[in-house]
Order: sequence, then structure tokens, then C-alpha cells
Amino acid sequence: MRKRGTLKLNMTAAFFLLPAFFFIIVYIFYPVVDVFHLSTLDWNGISPNKINIGLENWKTLLHDKYFFTAALHNILIVVLSIVVQMPLAITLAFMLDRMGRRSGILKVIYYLPSLFSTTAVGLLFSFIYTPRNGIFTVISKLFGGGIVDVLGNPHTSLLAVFSVICWTAVPYYMVFYLAAFSGLPQELYEAAVIDSANLRQYFFGIALPLLKNSIKTACTLSLIGSLKYFDLVYIMTEGGPNYSSDLMATYMYRLTFKSRQMGYGATVAVGMFLIITTFTYLFQYLINRNAKEE
Amino acid sequence: MIKKYTVKILIRVYAAVFLALSLLPFYMMIINSLKSSQDYGRNGFFTIPEEIKMINYVKVITDGIFSYFKNSIVVAVVSLLILLAIALCASYAFSRIRLRWVNLLFMLVIASMTISIHVALIPIYLLTRRIALYDTIAALVGPYVAFNLPITIFILTSFMKEIPVELEESAWIDGCGHFRFFLSIITPLSKAGIITVAIYDIISMWNEFGFALVLTQSPNTRTLPLALWNYKSQYGSNVPMLFAVLVLSVLPMAIAFAFGQDKLIKGMMAGAVKG
Repeated sequence: MRKRGTLKLNMTAAFFLLPAFFFIIVYIFYPVVDVFHLSTLDWNGISPNKINIGLENWKTLLHDKYFFTAALHNILIVVLSIVVQMPLAITLAFMLDRMGRRSGILKVIYYLPSLFSTTAVGLLFSFIYTPRNGIFTVISKLFGGGIVDVLGNPHTSLLAVFSVICWTAVPYYMVFYLAAFSGLPQELYEAAVIDSANLRQYFFGIALPLLKNSIKTACTLSLIGSLKYFDLVYIMTEGGPNYSSDLMATYMYRLTFKSRQMGYGATVAVGMFLIITTFTYLFQYLINRNAKEE
Repeated sequence: MIKKYTVKILIRVYAAVFLALSLLPFYMMIINSLKSSQDYGRNGFFTIPEEIKMINYVKVITDGIFSYFKNSIVVAVVSLLILLAIALCASYAFSRIRLRWVNLLFMLVIASMTISIHVALIPIYLLTRRIALYDTIAALVGPYVAFNLPITIFILTSFMKEIPVELEESAWIDGCGHFRFFLSIITPLSKAGIITVAIYDIISMWNEFGFALVLTQSPNTRTLPLALWNYKSQYGSNVPMLFAVLVLSVLPMAIAFAFGQDKLIKGMMAGAVKG
């Protein structure tokens, strides 16, 4: 009798979980396995003759300077994102949190840039940057300079796109930290004020240390997000000019869907997967090891 | 005393700078959409319109921008309904059925949260061609459901775990089984959680770019973010018209946001705290 009950419970659980796992297996687990297989092929994605070339693609990847340039750009974005976006997001969230109810409309407006599609944002800023009469040209002409093309200049293209990434990412992390700040008990602040601490002392001495775990989480999210970044770079520069703003994902996309090198594109995708996984675990290990030493 | 005021002023300045940074680009988008293309050609980007023209909007609307809206709405609504139905079922099992293998599967769902779409992009593209869904809006439903499932299940499961167990015991005494309990007690009680997670999901689907870029191709299957991409080459020479398209495309989100900003920010918070 009891055994039948357990069987029934197992069947019920399976029934509830089956639909979800159908989608997860078909669209997440199977592709991850399949991409490894594809990386051993020389194939354009359409023709019936797929040639198995073993590890040839991997040898190419290890000597592919474009891939490593792109990966370096990704790492640059990781560092810049954490250094630039996190302080801005934390201070904005702290300000909104201290304003309490009065922060309503400000919170809404600050959040707007995160709300819209990356295509809309990317196109909008392409025009703000446009060489003929964009913002930098207008400023440069005020001082007697000439036309400035930030997206077309290999030295500035990556930074120009990065500023737009910040514009959409800062509000996202601001909301994240706002959630963390609102989790701190109000009594903590009141106690600090009674002990005649000013805002700065409360922020650095009490709030920040308590938010350590949230900051770690946000930095991890930012790390993963920056390593797999695609949208705005593809929309604004497609990785150009001359690979100067290329990221791993944009490089992979062009190889696969523009140059039709399906097999090598898959290799780059796997390379990306391995880099993202390694960096994520390494980062987790480092920040948690430091925590233990304290 | 003086120091206190300088700090206050600095904070105000900081707040104002960000206010300007958040609003100015949208302001530019709107004023430029109201210019004629000659006006834009003469005066460029940073002037107010010589004369307010609605002609760009009229042209864009008669040009059939609504078919892209329709595609976006159909994909988002169908995906959301499937996603919520199966995520609710799975979250029920994860929060209410205590079996070891169920817990193991939950860990697997959490692990799949870190897998980026770009790793899966090529295999999904090939799969979509094989099952003859390539270049249809139906091709987007599967990936949208699958890649939003882990976070949706995660949030709903933690929500359902909060529902008190005493409720469960009294329901069992009344002799109601798992299916009845799920449908008539847990699901209605999870309403707040469902709304939160639905807002989070629908924004990410409405704005999705990568899958739509790879899995659709012709104008009549493209969603709004991709239509903007097409308009860029189509109206490349008529910039104010492109701005009209941009304004129309961000309008639904702006309206939804104006009405439901509280819920939306809550949804974003719940989504953000997944770590």
C-alpha cells in the first residue's frame, strides 16, 4: 500500500516537471551538447557534405588573433563595467533609498533607459554620435575643430559603445541595489544617526559592509553579462571598424551567419562557453576566498 | 555648517546630471521625429523643429508598422502563456513535492541559468531549419520559453515556498489531491508572484534581439526590434522618419511603465535578486 503511494507521488512529480524539462532539454541542454559536435566539422550549414576534421578548428582557434582580440575586448568591458557601473549604481540607489517616498518620480525616470529595446537605444545613439552633425562634432566645432566620428575611429569605437552600455546597465544595477538597500532595517540608520554618524559614515561604515553579498552577486552578474555581450555592439558597429570593437559573440555571429563557417563558428561559441565558465568560477572562488580570510 | 551645504548641493547636482542623462536622449528622439527632413538636413540634430510636422508618423503608420507590432504581441503573449503554465507546474513540484530527484532537477534548472544564448544559437538555428519553423514567428516561441524558464521557475518556487504549510495540511484533511490543491489553492495564492514574474518576462521577450535576428528573415515575420533594424536601411536617408518609428516602438513600454511602474520595479527587483 505504502509503495503504491510513493509510486503515485513520483508519477505526480514527473507529470508536473515534464513540460518544463521538455523545453529545457530541447532548447538548452541539447544545443550545448550539439555545439561541441559541430565544432569538429568543416561545414557551411547548408550543403549535405559535412566533413569531420577532428580538432582542426580548435588548432585554428588557438592561433586566431581576431578571437583573442575580441576576448580581450570582453575582458576590458568586464573591468570597465565593474569599475564604472557599480559605483554609479550604488550611489544612485543609496540616494533614492535615503529619499524614501519622495524618490518616486526620480526612480521612474532613472529607470527608463533600461526599459527599452537595445535596438531602439542603439539606433538612437548612432544618431547622437553621427559624424555629420552629432554631439561630438557639434562640440568640436564650437572649439574650432572638425568632424569627429567616434564610431568610425578604431581608437574610440569600443569606448563609444561602452558608454551606451553603461547608460542602459546602470539603471538595471541601480534597481538591484535599491532592492538590497530596502532590505536593510530602518532602525539601523536611526541608531547610526543617534550615534551622530553622518551620511558618509553610515554609507561606508554600515551600509556598504552589509551589502557585501549583494555587491558580489551584482559583480558576478556583470561579469557574465559582459563576457557574453552582443546586442549594442552588433547594432552600433557590427564589431568594426577593423575589429576594433569586436567581442566574442559578434565575432562568432559574423563567422557563422555572414561567412557561413558553421563549424568554426561553433568552435568559437564553445571557446566562449569555456571562457565564460572558467572566469565565472574563478571569480566566485576569488571573492569567496577573500571573504574567508577576513 | 558650510560643509554640510556643499555636500547637499553636490548630491543635488549628481541627481540632476543623471536626470538629464536619462531624459535628454528621449527628448531628442521626440523633437527630431517632429521635424521635416529638409529641416533636419539644414539644422541637424540639436535644434528644435522649425515647424511641428506629424507627417513622419502618418507615413510610418500607413507604411504598415503595425504588422511588426502584431508579430511582437503574438510572440510575446503566446510565449508568456506557455511559459507561465509550465513554470507554475514545475514550481509546484519543486516547492511542494519532497523527493531527492526533484531536488536534483532543481539544481539543474539553477545551473542552466548561466548558459548564454550564444552557445545555443547555432544548434537552435539548425534545429529550427530541420523542423521547418525557420523564418516563422512560431520559431521564436520555443527559445523564448526555454531561456526564460529557469529564472521564472526560480522566482515562482521561492514564492510558493512562502505559502504556509498549515494550509496544505488542512487541504489534505479535506481530501484534495495534488492536482486540485495546485489548481484551486496554490495557483490563486501565487497571483502576486505570477504578475511580478510575468512583467519581468514580457519585457525581456518584447525587446529580445539575438534569436529574432537569427531565426527570422523576411519582413512579415520580424518582430519590432528587428523591424527597427530594417527601417535603418530603408529610411537611412530620412532620419526624422526613423525617429518616428523609434518613438512608436518605445511607446507601448512607456505606457505600460506609466501605469504599472510599482509592479514593474518589483518585478525587476525579484529578477535581479536571483543570485
